[in-house]
Amino acid sequence: MKPKQKTEPAAVLPPEDNTHIGKVIAPPPKPTGALKIVFITVSVLFVVLMLVLPLVSVLAGALREGLAFYFEALTARYTRSALRVTLIAAVCAVAVNTVFGLMAAWLLTRFDFRGKHLLGTLIDIPFSISPVIAGLAFLMTFGRLGWAKPALDWLSGLLGTRVALVFSVPGVVLATIFVTFPFVSRELIPVLNTRGRDEEEAAALMGAKGFTIFRRITLPHIRWALVYGVILCTARALGEFGAVYALSKTRGKTFTLPLEIDALYLSGSADGITQAFAVSSLLVLMALVVLIVKNIAEYCGRKRDGR
Amino acid sequence: MEPKKVVNNKARVIPGFGLSLGVVLTMLSVLVLIPLMSVLGYAFRMTPQEFWQLITRPNVIGAFGTSLLCSLIAAAVNSVFGLLLAWVLVRYDFPGKRLMDGLIELPFALPTAVAGITLSKMYSTKGVLGAALARLGIRVSYTRLGLVVALVFVGIPFVVRAIQPVLEGLDRKYEEAAHMLGAGRARTFFRVVLPELMPALWTGFGLALARGLGEYGSVVYISGNSEKNGTQVVSYVIMQKLNAGNMDYESATAIALVLLAVSFLLLLFVNILQVRAARRTRERGA
Repeated sequence: MKPKQKTEPAAVLPPEDNTHIGKVIAPPPKPTGALKIVFITVSVLFVVLMLVLPLVSVLAGALREGLAFYFEALTARYTRSALRVTLIAAVCAVAVNTVFGLMAAWLLTRFDFRGKHLLGTLIDIPFSISPVIAGLAFLMTFGRLGWAKPALDWLSGLLGTRVALVFSVPGVVLATIFVTFPFVSRELIPVLNTRGRDEEEAAALMGAKGFTIFRRITLPHIRWALVYGVILCTARALGEFGAVYALSKTRGKTFTLPLEIDALYLSGSADGITQAFAVSSLLVLMALVVLIVKNIAEYCGRKRDGR
Repeated sequence: MEPKKVVNNKARVIPGFGLSLGVVLTMLSVLVLIPLMSVLGYAFRMTPQEFWQLITRPNVIGAFGTSLLCSLIAAAVNSVFGLLLAWVLVRYDFPGKRLMDGLIELPFALPTAVAGITLSKMYSTKGVLGAALARLGIRVSYTRLGLVVALVFVGIPFVVRAIQPVLEGLDRKYEEAAHMLGAGRARTFFRVVLPELMPALWTGFGLALARGLGEYGSVVYISGNSEKNGTQVVSYVIMQKLNAGNMDYESATAIALVLLAVSFLLLLFVNILQVRAARRTRERGA
């Protein structure tokens, strides 16, 4: 790029040349030409190689042994059980995190208080720590060596059944909630911050109750951000692997779809690998739906703002 | 944890402070902070010598080295390509732009295990890309290069999405001024545009790095997890300790604690940059 810089004419004109006075200086050149083409080509290549190709590769791998084999893999007993556990975990995670996300967004954007930044940072913790640590955290709390184990045992005695959180479906649910914890609030907070709190304040001064303010004023503004947050949360909940892996050990009982994929893939046989890709294709379809809904939500949200 | 004490009703017109503070603190404590504290509590039961001994085992140090090196390289690669992608998406118009914009978030939406097995297959010596690269003498799957590829995949949306809104909001008049004052295109970019983007670029870099350090699902298949080849990452070592037959909770906790400390420092760093960036734009606007 260096030589190009030199060939461009300097804006300093010869002193005796006065013809430039009164002339409109040309606007900066539109970024056309070679550079634009190179940039776009490199970007497209990157996106195709890094993002599109893996997607196609999953589908190709899934269908390698024909449709019959594909559907057989999807309806296997282990797959069905894994799908059930995955859906339970995802529904719980979305429900809990939507309530939390709305509350946290309301708290962090509508009020000022000491420790607000710290609270914001704490909420974001699950976003930036290793999912493996999330699994470990629940093992350390409710597992064999965990301090809450006696409490669980006491509860088991009281109810007459074995209450277990680790290596059971509730543990999977907890781990899923943990890793998707900040997803909804993260989407809502920026939207609410840019809108400011004047409208809510006005409504409150005119005597509206809390829930009315939320429903009539706040919710319409954040509707699409909420949809997007819930969608992202769902995607992550359906696909969580590391955290759940530490807490779930029984195939066919507590395994989720990603764990089932792992088990099939590591079985080593060619059939196992094709089955792994077949189950993966379910999650790929889910990812595509997420992307489409996300784009719709973004488009609708933008149209609302641009109104 | 008692929410009532901090309430100051004078300044607050909007209702719901006590309720939301109570719910947020309770849920945050029960679901996130208390479990994390158990890890801390368990770690503090060890003596410093034990702790030190556990985290300085050669395979642990090797894993930290691999994780840090690979996620640093991946975050750097992502900074370059993320900047390029954000630039292309904001400044240029071309057919398929919306599709490309939508695809950027694919790594957020695609489960990591799926990404992991696919990348591992694609870059293996029999895979679509791996076969071609193997002919050139480059092996990707089961090497550190494979680790970097997987981390580039998971990290790219963080950088693009951090830069894009800042670039969109950037006032073109500074670039026009730079041009009129005689700066060339490259100089305008490096002296006028890039400084404005730096905070966002750092944010994206930090987020991609933090994600890369803790990543598990997408890297365990492509890396091969060989101690000899230096392809074991920290998350893998922790998980190995937790597996049945091993059950080495002490080591797992000690390693996790160090990883937590590193991640937390990164998070702090990113938040400081974000606050600084926000302050800068506010000053500009005033």
